Amino acid sequence: MLKQIEGSQAVAEAVGLCRPEVICAYPISPQTHIVETLGRMVASGALERCEFINVESEFAAMSVAIGASAAGARAYTATASQGLLFMAEAVFNASGLGLPIVMTLANRAIGAPINIWNDHTDAMALRDCGWIQLFAETNQEAVDLHIQAFRLAEELSVPVMVCMDGFILTHAVERVDMPTQEQVDAWLPDYEPRQVLDPADPVSIGAMVGPEAFMEVRYLAHVKQRQALDLIPAWAKEFREVFGREAGGLVRGYHCEDAETIVVAMGSVLGTLKDTVDGMREEGAKLGVLGIHCFRPWPAAAVREALANARRVIVLEKSLAVGMGGVVASNVAGSYSGHEKGVHTVIAGLGGRAITRASLHNLLSQGMEGKLERITFLDLDQAMVDRALDRERTMRRSGPIAEALLRDIGVVAARPA
Amino acid sequence: MFEVRIHGRGGQGVVTAAEMLSVAAFQEGRHAQAFPSFGSERMGAPVVAYCRISDKEIRLREPVLNPNALIVQDPTLLNQVDVFSGLHRDGYMLINTTRSFDELGIGDFISDFRPEHLCTVPATELALEHVGRPVPNAALLGGFAAISGRVSIDSVCAAIRERFGGRVGEGNARAATEAHEHVLRQLRETEHA
Repeated sequence: MLKQIEGSQAVAEAVGLCRPEVICAYPISPQTHIVETLGRMVASGALERCEFINVESEFAAMSVAIGASAAGARAYTATASQGLLFMAEAVFNASGLGLPIVMTLANRAIGAPINIWNDHTDAMALRDCGWIQLFAETNQEAVDLHIQAFRLAEELSVPVMVCMDGFILTHAVERVDMPTQEQVDAWLPDYEPRQVLDPADPVSIGAMVGPEAFMEVRYLAHVKQRQALDLIPAWAKEFREVFGREAGGLVRGYHCEDAETIVVAMGSVLGTLKDTVDGMREEGAKLGVLGIHCFRPWPAAAVREALANARRVIVLEKSLAVGMGGVVASNVAGSYSGHEKGVHTVIAGLGGRAITRASLHNLLSQGMEGKLERITFLDLDQAMVDRALDRERTMRRSGPIAEALLRDIGVVAARPA
Repeated sequence: MFEVRIHGRGGQGVVTAAEMLSVAAFQEGRHAQAFPSFGSERMGAPVVAYCRISDKEIRLREPVLNPNALIVQDPTLLNQVDVFSGLHRDGYMLINTTRSFDELGIGDFISDFRPEHLCTVPATELALEHVGRPVPNAALLGGFAAISGRVSIDSVCAAIRERFGGRVGEGNARAATEAHEHVLRQLRETEHA
């Protein structure tokens, strides 16, 4: 059924259609609307046979999800940014124990400086935590990925994180085709746990494992993620047949077939990129876009195949590995054995900086002319940076950087009283 | 694609206005995308929200930089924020005020724009009369329907009722309908001037 609906509410409804039995969450922008909506659905009885547990922190949220999942319940939570970091230890525990929790990550920057806006630093900070990480391009895909995520998590007994851009998607009201309960019931089988805390058949979960078997436990987690590389595209195909639309999969190309330059990206910026590329193709530019929809497991073979004929690859990503460059770019570079021109990194949209068609057009034009540096910071205010560096050169006690930059550009709230 | 930017202050229902406009367009079978400017929300602070309307799927995620229409919910913003930034020369503008463009100090500025695309509407007064609260967002959408012709007043009222329901929904729908008539009247006067 077509609905004009806020992304967060659509995701909450989709999670509801998956019949979770325990939802435990702590509110944090920009995830809050999702769990608020689910809380209302449980309170009103619209979501039956589900307990909503108010917890005192994100650490507790993931801990309760672990307990619920181990007890055989379908468990869901959602978080963002600092919330993900606060639960980090439990996030590793969930995957280490092989518990199929599904979590929405409403992607947001990580402080300091505190910033509530969108980028992918939170997801990238925990990229190697053992969870499957899927990235939504639109709110429709966010809905569809959640429905796929529960099945994937439970089939493999591996937790799945569905990443959707905070505010840009969570707070956008747009058209979403909501699946029916019957469709979701037919797609998603009942949860059959591989391990369950059952008083009638007691087991312990969470043993200490020493050097004699730890490596094998880790290796088996790796094997499961490799299995996901087969399941994800197969189920994306099945999903398309049942629901009639494209969602998920490992990677999806746009005009990649004849493209000399391919831009690789994740999440909602793919839409703006496609619009930009459409305009530039009309001017004859041989450009394509490759969307990474599954970041963990890393789909090396699919990326290699999609980029096989490209002469130049530009990875545009919303996170910065400080002191190194781009996380996605280094993953792409490792899968791209191709051309000597190699992979260019573009860091964009950090802390909610708008990524505009005009900036992308300019960037891609430079890229096609071979003028891009190895790493570019899109729309970086170099004058602002230079002032700060100059201050540090000339003054030992140059003071806190963030506050000084805000003063430089005249943001009133940052002025000292 | 038709792009609308709504300026107001925290508490005036700016974000809700963009969302209701998107629902009105959706009801007419169009694609629509509404989103806020993602500021730290607080009462009284300048707030911006956007709405795109199109016959095709909307993939673009940048803020609305070159609006086809502006709705200004609080005229005191004219001295505080670059409200007109990027507005198309043939763009539409609707300002919530009881004063004239000259009295607002923008008479000269707007002389470059098409007069039949510019209008004022006393939306706060209409909201106080019909809803009992000074929240001008719904009334302004009625005015927007009249000035732009991009959505019908019926769709706007349906979106308002869907959002608020009950007495508040009815009151806001009445305020929108009256604002719609007000703007149509003003446009007729402009035509005959």
